[in-house]
Order: sequence, then structure tokens, then C-alpha cells
Amino acid sequence: MKRPLLLRGIRPYGAGEAVDLLIRDGVIAELGPSLDGTGAEMLDGGGLVALPGLVDLHAHLREPGREDVETIATGSAAAALGGYTAVFAMANTDPVADTAVVVEHVYRRGREVGLVDVHPVGAVTAGLRGERLAELGAMASSAAAVRIFSDDGMCVHDSLLMRRALEYTRGLGGVIAQHAEDPRLTAGAQAHEGEIAARLGLAGWPAAAEESIVARDCLLARDAAATLHICHASTAGTVEVLRWAKERGIRVSAEVTPHHLLLTDERLAGYDPVNKVNPPLRTAADTQALRAALAEGIVDCVATDHAPHAAQDKDCEWSAARPGMLGLQTALSVVIAAMVCPGLLDWRGVARVMSERPARIGGATDHGRPIAVGQPATLVLVDPDATWTVRGDGLASLADNTPYEGMELPGRVVATLLRGEITAEGGKVQR
Amino acid sequence: MRHLLSTTDLQRETATALLDTAEALKQALLGREVRKLPTLRGRTVVTLFYESSTRTRASFEVAGKWMSADVVNISAAGSSVAKGESLRDTALTLAAMGADCIVIRHPASGAAHRLASWVPTHVVNAGDGTHQHPTQALLDAATLRERLGTLNGRTVTIVGDVLHSRVARSNIELLITLGARVHLVAPATLLPCGVENWGVENWGVANRVTVGHDLDAALPGTDAVLMLRVQVERMQGGFFPSAREYSISYGLTEARLELLPEHAVVLHPGPMLRGMEIAHSVADSPRAAITEQVRNGVHVRMAVLYHLLAAQEEQA
Repeated sequence: MKRPLLLRGIRPYGAGEAVDLLIRDGVIAELGPSLDGTGAEMLDGGGLVALPGLVDLHAHLREPGREDVETIATGSAAAALGGYTAVFAMANTDPVADTAVVVEHVYRRGREVGLVDVHPVGAVTAGLRGERLAELGAMASSAAAVRIFSDDGMCVHDSLLMRRALEYTRGLGGVIAQHAEDPRLTAGAQAHEGEIAARLGLAGWPAAAEESIVARDCLLARDAAATLHICHASTAGTVEVLRWAKERGIRVSAEVTPHHLLLTDERLAGYDPVNKVNPPLRTAADTQALRAALAEGIVDCVATDHAPHAAQDKDCEWSAARPGMLGLQTALSVVIAAMVCPGLLDWRGVARVMSERPARIGGATDHGRPIAVGQPATLVLVDPDATWTVRGDGLASLADNTPYEGMELPGRVVATLLRGEITAEGGKVQR
Repeated sequence: MRHLLSTTDLQRETATALLDTAEALKQALLGREVRKLPTLRGRTVVTLFYESSTRTRASFEVAGKWMSADVVNISAAGSSVAKGESLRDTALTLAAMGADCIVIRHPASGAAHRLASWVPTHVVNAGDGTHQHPTQALLDAATLRERLGTLNGRTVTIVGDVLHSRVARSNIELLITLGARVHLVAPATLLPCGVENWGVENWGVANRVTVGHDLDAALPGTDAVLMLRVQVERMQGGFFPSAREYSISYGLTEARLELLPEHAVVLHPGPMLRGMEIAHSVADSPRAAITEQVRNGVHVRMAVLYHLLAAQEEQA
């Protein structure tokens, strides 16, 4: 029988007086001031903020296929160190996660590693080719119990196929997560279409390429009475379309990445491909609109779009570089910098956008639960006053393509707990 | 000056100094039978071209040789580049062999910037994607200075595919730095996003790019017209309906030549599409400075190599 664990002096949601939290059998057994910790292991909270464990709806763990840049083990470690307890692993692996066999493999590897709950995302179309539906039902009823389907990296751009996908997943209780990008409008695109890309001679990725697909899919979801999720919303116009759709009761949710909350296309001046990402870094006005939308709830949650890439795929000319950046280990600090420090979100808001809403959207019923007696002890303890300096080679991911290299960020994950087990503590994975 | 990557980085003093040096070199070589200066003896200049080019590459080679540099030419085809070697590895290899200066042309915008971040060698951008071609802008400015005396207060009209043109980007920045007014004439499909905001503001006086779509209206107030090349792939890309329609709206015909003031100069970076961008007779008229551009190109590139490789030592 495992010993109980007492968290001494923590502040749930960063509010009120510090309390003690006793964990027994992975569940919060007692919560209150000055609990009796006799016989329990002790973790001194020292006034740390306690939040429900973070949930990432969008990460590329690269296994199977690109184990040279990330594995489920290293990605899980990065996630645990970043305060995450559940991660949705995108389907664009090699082979593509478009069958029950592949999603079950990813799910089981996640369980073996055991640092976070790895929920595989299934591909919408076979091979991400956008031609015919993948076996969505088989993935949904597999051991992995897939609930989110996405061709992320590619847009399901064929309107009829998207309509069918939405209708079909409604029957499965699933969600289609769309990478909204009209491929005709972004052929050859390298950077956000705007003044900066124009001066740099980089072909533009117009905002309308995203917004038009978001609008179309909201209408398709309306007619299909289906559930739609928009991956990495990146423009002010997308926010307006989402507002319109939500006001009409269309079942649409959306995520924003940490980098779209903090970084802008002004970083492109030196052509360092560490800043290359899809959708591209946008303007400061977009960043402001996304922050406001996240605070208001028009954008539901933060998702990392964690995308490890090999050094040779970044240490090259801009157009040859692959798009994507690391995110799991920096997301919380970036959200603190972009949302908490300017007063747009409090800690309860952080719990909402980084844990509760994504858990609900992804159907991770064990996550994003209240910090209350009888609930799973799936938590993250954050030191809100600490700062740290990001070093790519110090992150747990095999790749080091972080755009925050050398930046000092606020907030530090002190410990992460998954069902009462400490998965990360003091910057080290506990396993 | 450590590198020449873009005209955006060029201060007015530096640009003027380069043009003055080019002018001085031109005078020094005028009428000489042996056109060879010892300035860069023992220096190695590598031209690294990932795109085909006749005039730019030859111009750099001649410029280097007239200053006694050892010039090595490397093409993407027929080298290890063709075997899939990365730009970075190629650059490191050339630097390790003792190249003092790498002159690079590459289809990717920003390639010269990346190169400069990898190697200790001087880097000259000889054209990167749709970004910049700074020596072309310098040779255009040298030609206009010769013909017009000064660029300050002069109006230069740039016509055609500004969107995909590194020549246009380099010229706009440099001309404005040198005090000229820049007017762009193109179909809206071939104009970069937000181009109307390009320019500078000095002491509260703005010198911004102006944009129009009517060439006939622009020509009478123009001191120089710079015709841009229209690439064949753009014609098929739906940027405009047909070559004929483009020619009717934006081609420099004999009739349009008449609309220009007497002193106005016609420039084209070449290679020209005669009959479409520019009428045959216009290209060969005395108003056109197209062969002067090529001639000045050598002197400007000599000046650039001199400032990068020799002038700094003299200062030190």
C-alpha cells in the first residue's frame, strides 16, 4: 500500500489562504488548513499555486517515424515538466495514425511511459491525403478510444469530405479538429501576408486562407449538428468568425498557441527559421485580439502545437526549413507572460484555458477536474514569482527548436502530479 | 562594411561612398589598355550561384579579376550542391578553403543573411529569392547619377512585377535613401502588401512610395523609368490575363517614350522581353541606358569588393 502524500501549504487556483491537501490512493482525500500528516510523505507547498494538471489538445510527439527528433517518452517528459498531465498526440506520424493499430500503439506507449496520459488523435482522411475518410469508427472503438480526429498539418479542404467527416463523427461522439488553411491561397506561402513578409520577399500566407475555412466549417458544423474544433486560431478575423458562430449556438471550439499569444512577425527580420511556423506568426493586432478572445472565452483554450524538428531542418535557408516550434515546456510560462501578467486572466482563468476546457473538448474525463475532495489528484504546482531563462538544449525534447531561446519567462512548474503520482518535481522527471 | 546583404542596411553616406568609389574606378580604368589594379591581389572571391545568371555572375567575375582577386565560380549544378549538400555545409567548406568573400545568388529569400550568420567570410548578396539584389540597385543608381547628375529630388517610376522583384525592392530602398521619389506602376496583383507605406520620414518630412496603375499618367513627371522583367511563370500564374494585355497597359512603347521629359532615362535590369515589356526601338534608343547599366555594374561591384576587402584594412 502506497503511503499517502501531503501537500503542505498550497493555494488552489492561487486564491485565498494556503491549505493542506492530502492524497490517498491517487485521490484528494482531505483538503483544509493544518491537516494531520502522520504517516504521509510530505511536499512543502510554500504558498505555491495549485491548478488542475494541464491538458494539451495539440502536440506532435513524432513517434512513430521521427524518433530522432522526439519520442513518446521524451515528449511525455517535456509535458510533465511543463505541468501537463494529458497530451493529445497529432496523427501526422509515419505511418499516419489513421488506423486502430497505430493509435493503439501510441496509446500503449504513452501508458508504458506513464508520465502523462497520451491520447492519440486519429487522422480524418486516410494517409492525410484528403481523399477519403479514415476508419474513424475503428479508432474510436479501439483501446485508444479516439475522440479527436484531425489531419493537422493538412487542411481537410474538400468541402464535401469535410461535411461527411463532421456528420460521421457526430455519430461517434467525436470532434473534427481542423487545420484551417485553404491550400490554394497558401501555395508557396512562407510567412504572414503583410508588410513584413512583403519587404522580406517571403510569399504571403493570407489571413483569409484561415478565416474562410473557419467560416465554411462553422456553417458545415451547423448543418450537420456536429462538433468542430479549430486548431491554432491565429488571426483577428478568425476570432470574429468564431464569435459569430458561437452567438448562433454552433458547436465550435478553438485553441490558440502560446506563440501566437506572444510572438509576432517582426521576429522574421533575420530569417531565422526557428520563427517559421504554420500558421505563421501574425501581427501585434492579431496577438492582442487572440489574447482578448482567450480571456473572453471566444477562443476556448491554449494548445501548444509542440512541433520538434531536427537541427538540419532549421539550420538552413528559410524556405527550406520545416514549420513548427517546441511548446510543451514553455507554454505555461508564456501564458503567464501574455495573459496573467497583463491582468487578462487570473489563475482560475488559467485553469480554465489550459486544463478544464481542453479536457472537456477532448473528452479526457479524468482531467481538468475541480481541486476538491474525492477528485483525482491530477495537479500542477506553480511558483508564480519564479522566473527562468529558456535554453533549448536544457529542454527535455530531443529537438531544441524553441523560439524563446535566451528569454526570461515568468512562473515555474515545481511539481506535476498524475493521479497522486509525482511525475515531475524540481525540474526533473520522477520516473 | 562587413557584408552587403540588402540596400535596407545602407546608410546614405555608405551608399554615396560606394557610388563615388565606383565612379573613381571607372575614371581610373578609362582608356587604359591593361585594366588591372593590384588592389585585391591574394584575395579569394567565390561566386556561389544557385540560379542561372549570365550578367551578374560575369560582372562579379570581371570586377574581381580587374582588381587581381582570385575568383572561383561555383554553380549549384555540377557541384556537391547537386548531390544534396546543405547551403550551410557548402558555405562552411568554402570558408574553410580560405574564401575571403562569398558572392551568393540563391532562390530563397534571406539565403545571404543565413550565410552571413554561418561563416566569418564577407558575404555579398547577388540576389536572394524575391528579396534583394543590392548591387543591381547600386549600378542603377550609378547610371542615374551619371545621366541626371543627382538622385536627390528626382522621380523614378518603377514599372511591372514589383511583387516578385528583388530588383524593385533593392531599388526602392536605395533610391529613397538617396533622396529620390519612387512611383510604382503595376497591376494590383503584382504589388506587395502594404507597399504604399514603404519609405522614410526625416525631420517630419515623409518620402513614401506612391503607387498607381496608369503608366501614361505617370510618365510626364518622371525623370527615369525602370522597367522590370516579367517572368514567364507569372504570366501563367493568373497575375494578369495575357501578355498582350500586359504589354498594352505596361509596355514601354514608342508612343509612351514620347510622354517622357526630354532628359528622362530608361532602365531595364535585363534580360529584356522585347516587344512585351519594352519596344525594340525603345530598348535601343539613346534614352535607354541599358548597356551603361551593364558597364557600371562592373565598377559598382569592384567598389563593393574594395570596400569589403580592402578599405577596412586601410582604415585599421
